[in-house]
Amino acid sequence: MTVKQMDPASLNGWVDGLLLNRTVIGPVQKGDKFVFESLSRASDLRLDYDTTLLPPKKFLLPSREILLTFRGDSHYASQAPPDPFVLLGVHPYDVAAIRQMDRVFSEKQVDTHYMARRGACTLVALDAQAVSPNNFAGCMGTATVREGWDLLFSRVGGAYLAEAATEKGESLLRSAGLLADAAPGQLEERDRLWESNRQAMRRHVLHCSPQDLPGLLSRNYDHPLWQERAERCFSCGACNVVCPTCYCFDVQDEVDWSLECGSRCRAWDGCLLRDFASVAGGHNFRRHSAERYRHRYYRKAKYLPEMTGEIACVGCGRCVDACVARTANPVEVYNTLLGD
Amino acid sequence: MEGTLDSPARTSGGGDIYLPRPATLLSVSAMTASDAFFELALDGPEDLGHLPGQFVEVSVPGMGEAPISVCSSPTRKGSFQMLVRRIGSVTQALHRKSPGDKVGIRGPFGTSFPMEGELKGKNLLFVAGGIGLAPLRSAIQYALDRRGDFGRIAILAGTRSAAERLFTGELLEWKRRNDLTLLETVDQPSPGWAGQVGLITGLFGMLRLEPGPWAALVCGPPVMYRFVLRELRRLQVPSREVHVSLERRMKCGVGKCGHCQINGLYVCQQGPVFRAGDLFDLKEAL
Repeated sequence: MTVKQMDPASLNGWVDGLLLNRTVIGPVQKGDKFVFESLSRASDLRLDYDTTLLPPKKFLLPSREILLTFRGDSHYASQAPPDPFVLLGVHPYDVAAIRQMDRVFSEKQVDTHYMARRGACTLVALDAQAVSPNNFAGCMGTATVREGWDLLFSRVGGAYLAEAATEKGESLLRSAGLLADAAPGQLEERDRLWESNRQAMRRHVLHCSPQDLPGLLSRNYDHPLWQERAERCFSCGACNVVCPTCYCFDVQDEVDWSLECGSRCRAWDGCLLRDFASVAGGHNFRRHSAERYRHRYYRKAKYLPEMTGEIACVGCGRCVDACVARTANPVEVYNTLLGD
Repeated sequence: MEGTLDSPARTSGGGDIYLPRPATLLSVSAMTASDAFFELALDGPEDLGHLPGQFVEVSVPGMGEAPISVCSSPTRKGSFQMLVRRIGSVTQALHRKSPGDKVGIRGPFGTSFPMEGELKGKNLLFVAGGIGLAPLRSAIQYALDRRGDFGRIAILAGTRSAAERLFTGELLEWKRRNDLTLLETVDQPSPGWAGQVGLITGLFGMLRLEPGPWAALVCGPPVMYRFVLRELRRLQVPSREVHVSLERRMKCGVGKCGHCQINGLYVCQQGPVFRAGDLFDLKEAL
C-alpha cells in the first residue's frame, strides 16, 4: 500500500473516532514518565514519548491473567477470548520484542491465551520522536523495524506518514477517510528519520555485533564479572518486570469464597527472584544470586538466540532505568566480557 | 537428546494447552510416612498414552498443578500409577484424596527412556536413589513385560532408611526372580534391616557386569548423579549409554514458563530424560 500522510489534528480525530467503538491503548504521561494505557481521548496521547515505564507486553501477556476457571474437582473451562483492541504508538524496539514473544507463544505448542490477545490486537507502530537516556536499540538493530506491525506512523516535519503492512492495518487506516499520498520528499525525510534514530539510539555503545554475543558468552561462563556484578544485585526482579522480551510466568490457583469455584491465574515471574528455580522440598537449582544474574544474560544472548536465531534483547534500556543497584546494564556486561 | 514425543501434547477441548483432562482415582494407598501410591484413569475411553520416564501435570483445583512422573509402564493399559511425596501444597492435597475422587491431568510431557529404540537388545542397569525409583519403575516394568527384548537386568536401589523403601512388595518379587539382579542398600542402619548399609555407590563394588552392551538408567536426588556417573565410568559404561532423569520445576510442561531450564534446555521438553553425555557441557545440570 502507498504511504499516506495525515496532519496531527486529523490523527487525533481519527483516534477519537476509533475510541467510539473499541479500546485504544497508547502512550500517555504519568508524572514525569510515560506509560501505555487505555485511552479515553486522543488528546491524552503523547506520541513524542521517549520510552514507557513498562513495555506494551502487558496488553498481550497481562501481569496477571485468568487461564481457566474451575468448579468442583473436575470442571475446567478456558477463559473467553478478548475483544479487539488497538495498540497504538509502539516504538520499533518494542515491536521487535512483540515479534519475539509471538514466536515463543505460537511455535510448537500454541498458547491460545496469548495468541487470542495477539489476534485481537491491531499493532500500530510509531517511529520514535525522542530517545530515552539509556536506549541502545541502535546497537541491537531494532531502532527501526520493517515488519511486525499492521500500521506504522512516522513523524516527518509537521505531518505523520502512515504505512499499512497488513489488511488489519489498511482497514484501520481506511476509517480515517481519504488521505493524501505521502510526497517523495516526505519519504526521503522518513529515511533520514530512520537513519537518525539508528544513530541516536546508541546511548550505550556495544563494542561488538549482537551476533557475536552467543559466542562471547560461551567463552565466559566462569568470568568473575558474574559474581562481582551480582554482589550489587538485590534480586528484586525489576529488570525482568520492565523487560519487553521477558515472558516467564508462574501459575497460581485462586479460590472464591464458596471454595467451590475459582480460577487458575498466570502472573509474571522473574528469573532473578530467589525462588525461581526452587522445587518442592526446598532444593534451589539457582541458589546464588550470581547464578540467577548470569542466567538472565545467557538466556537473552545465548540460550534463546540458539533456539530462535535472535538476540532476546532489543536495547530498550528499561532494565538500566529500573535497576536501583545500577548493575543491570547489558552493554556494560558485554563490553566488560569483551575486555573493553 | 532422547527421542522426543512424536505426537503433540494431548489436551482436551479447544486446544488450550493449560486445560487439564479429568481423571478418577482408582486406588490410594500410603507407602511410607510421606509417600502415597495412586492408581488413576482418565475419564473417557482414552489411555494416557505415555512412554516410560514421562511425566504429567497433576491438577487439584484451588491448589494448582505439580509435575509427577508416571511410575507404571504403558504396557499395562487402562490405568496408570503415580508415587507422590507429600512435600508441597498440591501433593498434600493429593494425599487427602480417596478412591473415586477426581484430579486433572495434563500431558504426558517430555522425553522418555528409549525402551523401544536404542535400549532394545541391551543389558540394562537401573540405578535408583530414593524416590528416583518411581520414574525408573515405569521402565523396569516395561523391560520385565517385554523381557525377551532385553539382555541382563540389574537394579541398584538405595534409600536413606529402611522405612523409606518404596514398592517393597515389588522389590521382593524382583528379588525372587532369577532373570534379574536386585541390590539394595540403606544409608543408615535401621531396626529390622538385615541388608546392605551405606550409600548407593557402595553397591557398584558388588556388581559383576558380564561383558556385553550395557546401558544405565539413573534417577535420584541431585547430589547422587556425579558419584553414580563416576562409578559407571569405572564400569566402562559409555556416557552416551547413560540415561538420567532430572528433576526441575516443570511448571507449565509446555516449554513456555521458563522455570525448568538447565542452562539453555527446557527439562519439560528436552528432558526430563537426558543422555548423560549431552549434559557434560551444561554446568547447571548435575
